[in-house]
Formats: sequence, C-alpha cells, structure tokens
Amino acid sequence: MRYLRQTLTIAAKDLRSEIRTKESLNAAISFAIVILVLFSFAVDPSSEQIKEMSGGLLWLVFAFAGALILNRSFAREQNNDCLDALVSSPIPGSALFLGKALANFVLLTVVEFVSMPIFGILYNMDWMRQPLWLAAVLLLATWGITVIGTMFSALTVNLRMRELMLPTLIYPMMIPALMAAMRLTTLLINGEGIPADDWIWVKLIVGFDIIFTSLAVTLVEIVLVG
Amino acid sequence: MSAVSVEGIWKFYGDYPALREIDFVVEEKQCLALLGRNGAGKTTMLRMLAGLLRPQRGTIRLFGRDSHEAEARASFGVLGHGIGVYDELSAMENLRLFAKVYSVPDAEKAAKDWLVRTQLDHVADSLVREFSRGMRQRLAVARAFLHNPSLLLLDEPFTALDDRAIALLQSLLKDAVNRGATVIMSTHQLREAMELATHVALLARGRLKFHGPRPVEMLEDPTWLYRTYGEG
Amino acid sequence: MREKILYGAGLIAGLYLVRNLYQILLVLPDEVDQGAIYRILLFHVPAWITCFSAYFLAGAASVMYLIKKDMRYDTFSVASVEVGLAFTLIGLATGSIWARIIWGIWWTWDARLTWALITCIIYAGYLMLRHAVDDPTARAKNSAVLCIFSYASVIITYKSIDWWRTQHPGAVLSIRTGGGRMDPAMESILFQNAIALLLLAGVMVAVRMRQEDTQREVESLRRYAHAAV
Repeated sequence: MRYLRQTLTIAAKDLRSEIRTKESLNAAISFAIVILVLFSFAVDPSSEQIKEMSGGLLWLVFAFAGALILNRSFAREQNNDCLDALVSSPIPGSALFLGKALANFVLLTVVEFVSMPIFGILYNMDWMRQPLWLAAVLLLATWGITVIGTMFSALTVNLRMRELMLPTLIYPMMIPALMAAMRLTTLLINGEGIPADDWIWVKLIVGFDIIFTSLAVTLVEIVLVG
Repeated sequence: MSAVSVEGIWKFYGDYPALREIDFVVEEKQCLALLGRNGAGKTTMLRMLAGLLRPQRGTIRLFGRDSHEAEARASFGVLGHGIGVYDELSAMENLRLFAKVYSVPDAEKAAKDWLVRTQLDHVADSLVREFSRGMRQRLAVARAFLHNPSLLLLDEPFTALDDRAIALLQSLLKDAVNRGATVIMSTHQLREAMELATHVALLARGRLKFHGPRPVEMLEDPTWLYRTYGEG
Repeated sequence: MREKILYGAGLIAGLYLVRNLYQILLVLPDEVDQGAIYRILLFHVPAWITCFSAYFLAGAASVMYLIKKDMRYDTFSVASVEVGLAFTLIGLATGSIWARIIWGIWWTWDARLTWALITCIIYAGYLMLRHAVDDPTARAKNSAVLCIFSYASVIITYKSIDWWRTQHPGAVLSIRTGGGRMDPAMESILFQNAIALLLLAGVMVAVRMRQEDTQREVESLRRYAHAAV
C-alpha cells in the first residue's frame, strides 16, 4: 500500500513538472506529426499499400517520439542533483523506477492518442474498427517500450552523449515489442480480428512486458546506487 | 546504540582505493566534522553514509540498521552539493513532495511550517526557477530538515551559502543538536565548523588519520590538526 | 608459466582445427542434397555454439559481478562479449555464403537471421556503452546490467526456429532432434570443430582479459598520480 503511494507520488511529480513545462510532450507530439506528414512523400498516401504499412508507420512514429520523452525522464532529475535527494530518501529504487515509468507511459499514451486520429485523417483510414483490441495492443506495447526506455534512461543518465546513446541502445531491445505491435496494429486497423496464427504476437508482447518489467524492477536499485 | 557505525569500509574506483579500511563510530548527539583536502574522500564517505554509493567491503549501520533499509534512510537528512529541489515545481510543491516521500504525517502542514521557518512563505507558490540563489539554498535547507531527521549528513554545507542561509543553517543545526540529533559534516570552513563540532575526523588520501573528540588546540588554531597529523 | 599454458592451449586449438579441416575437406564425402557447400555448416554451427556460450558466460559473469563486486568478473564479461561478437560475425558470414549457394541470396529477413543480426547489434551496443563511462566501477555496474538484458536476444535467436516458421533450417543436431537429421560422421566432426573453436575462444578470452587487467591497472595508477599532486 505504502509502496503504491510512493510510486504514485513520483509519477504525479513527473507529470506535474511535465505539464508545467510541456517540454517533452510538445516536442514529441510535433515530432510525431512531422513524421506522419513526411511519410506521405515516401509512399503514395492514396494507394492500398499504406494499409499494409499502417502499423509499421505508427509504431516507428511512437518509438521515435517516445525516445524524446524517455531522454528527458532521468535527465530531469539531474538538475540540482535531485536524483541524489530521491535515492537517499526512504523510497525504494523500484518504486522510484515504476513511478517514472508510469509517468512516461501516460505521456507516450497521450502522444499515441493524439497521433492516431491525425493519421486517420491524413491517410483516409477508418482506424476505429476494432477499438478495444487496438487499445489493448497499444497499451501493452507502450508499457513494454516505456519499461525498457525508463530503465535505459536510468542506465545512461550519467553518460557522455546520452541523447545519442539512449536511442541506439533502446531500439534493438524494443524490437520484440515493436515487431509484434506493428503486425497486430496493421491487422486491427484493417478491421480484421487476430487470426489464430498471429496469437504468437500477443503472447510475445505479454511475455516481453512481464520479463522486462521484472528484470528492471530487480536491477534498478543496483543501477541507481553507485 | 550508536548513531553511525562504520566498519572496515573500502571503496574502489576500478583498482584505485578511494577509501581504505575506514572504521569509526559516531554516538548519538555528537557532531562530527569530517576534515581533509579535496580528493581525500570526504564526499565519497558522506555519499556512502547517505546510501548513494555502496562500499566494496565493510558495513555501515545507522542506528543499528543496515544503511540501505528504508527505516535507516528515513532517519537522516542530506544536504549535498546540489540543492536537490525541482526548478519546475513551486516551493510548496517541492516541500510537499519530500514530505510525502518521507511519509511525514501531515505533509501539507509540515511544508507550510517549513516555508515559514525559512522565510519563504511569501513565495510559496512561485516556481523555484524564479528564485534567487539565497532563496534556493534556504529551500534546500528546508528540504533536508523537513522530516526532523535524527542524523544530518552535510557535505560542505557552508561553502556555497550566503550569510542569511548560513545563519539559518547554524540556528537549525543548534536546534537539531539540542533536540538530540547527530550531525556529520564535511567542511573547509574550519571556524564555522569548530563552533558546532564535538568531534573531528581527518581523512587524507582515503585513510582515516585521526578521529576523536575535538582537540582543545583547535579552538585557538583550527589548522592544528592538519599540522599535527599531516597529509601523507 | 600462465603465458606458456595459454600459448600451448592456443597451439593445440590451432592444430586441432587443421586436423578437422583435413577431415572435412579430404575425408568426408559430399552431401547428397547440398553437394560440397554443406561443409561450411561444420563451421557455421560450431561458430554459433561458441558465440552463444560466450554470451551465456558473459551474462553469468555479469550476475556474479553484481553479487560479488569483483572487477575480475567484469573483465571476463567484456572479454567474453568481444570474442562472442567476433564469432557472431563468423556465424553471419558463413551463413550468408551458404545462403548464396543454396537459396541464391545473401540475406533474407527470416526470423532466425533477423534475430541473429539484432543480437549482434545489441552486443555492439554493450561495447559502445562501455566506452561512454569513465569511472571503471560505474562502467562495470552499468554494463553488467545491460549484459543481463542483452541475453534475452540470445534466447530469442536460439528459440526463433521453434517459434516462427523460418526459411533457416530447423534443428539438426541429435541433442535437439533425437537424431536422424544428420549423418553421425558429419555430426561428430561438427562437435569436434565446436570443441576446437571453444578452446580457441577460451584462449582469446584469456588474452583479452590480461589486456583489460593491464588497462585497469594503468587507469588506477593514473588516479594515484593525480592524488599525489
């Protein structure tokens, strides 16, 4: 109970300061829109081809926009040595981590829910044909990439060239979740259910979430305490 | 029960030992001044007490508990080089956050009280980003004292402060000591430190050269310790 | 003394490889379906066995480092990843040559191949991370955590032929299939080659560890020098 309260305190703190400055949210949303527009030059936006690529396009947008949010996550704690103040406090490292991951999750979800309708309008897509399944896939995969991202944000916070290191390290790690999300999103946007053959992808995302969340929660204390 | 007991601490950076075989005990209500040149290991020692670094060998116990246990970490307040408050939150929000983090019973009231004590109540809702240097430092002091810690870990507390913040910190430290709190501070400002210190410890190149009650000689001549126990 | 053992082991590994090569090229007959090119698989599979073993040991050493905080585990871990990465490249290259002959293409985005490539990128990232941290203790700690995360990609690569329908051939070794997929004479030489490559990798790891030890010593001497000023 107390653990949950501490986690929420940290998440609320991160969201509050993000709402104050809107630094990463503004950047991530405008970046997402720019890529969505740019993409119309890469493929003919009126062709059928775009249907096949919709999931891939969307998740590339989310992954890129996500890196902007994740980069700020622990960097925000570096000003004034705030991270030291939190690590030396009685909050367990894992609660601190989960709080920050939760905040990033909320922010990235906001970016996704802003991008989806824009994508629908720009590419003439009726993307709401399987809303529940689509929401489930979005949330599951988003949690997976925020867990990896937040963990690696903590891992790289004191590094030289942090802004470059983080994306190079996280994208390969995120591939299982991204791959599955791309495939499932394409299916769901085109209005199909999930065929029996493709359940492996759902299992993959769920497995990814469980494995990496538990790994991160176990190891984060070691990363935070020198 | 001792407030702090440090046994056989070794801290390495790679193969280089930054602290070697450190043993000392600080009893409750003592005020220890940790002295030594830059690079002697003072900051490393304090960061280790604050649970920010782990020693490769040895143990640290705070009030009989392992220094990484939540109860042990709740018992101390830290004032380090950075102020440890968030620029994009208001003074009130910052203190409320840390009151919650330390599970202070009435977070709202505690935060308000400390804003009054540090004379920041008139800017309670302004963002820290807009504060002057002195105000930020006072807020940092409030953050460290907010949960009435029974142990205070201060790293060079007087170095960056303006006179108003120094006066505030000294009066708070005196209150804390009268209340029965233990203080460990690293410092260069020998005169300020000697007013409070009951004990001194001297670190040189990662070794503890001296630890004991403050020698009387130091009141007259604060550098006496350095000259007597040397640096090498 | 240690040096002699090391070079001795290296020599044995080299001679053993030459002997295996003789067997493979001059003694074993061509395979019925694939002709002469199947011989590259007798290096391809052992290279991957070596590479997976190296990553596994690096992961185990990383866990040990986090428990014991002894720099020797970190040294072993980095040496092992570097050697593992070399064998990953050998594995990718031999596979690619085989694919060119049998499939007519150098590369295809099949699950096994893709995951092998991802593994390669992830471990290259591990080495990159190490370069970006100055303090040896922080470097050891952060890279140990990364190494544990990275091992997931090795597991996925290994299991990918079971999880997805791949163009890459399925399991052939009798320990996974119960036998029958491969001629016993060929399989035996494959394992002998694996032993030779593992021994070679072991020697490489040991040499690389000594370099790493020396480098750490130099770093700490530099710190002593700074502290003395």
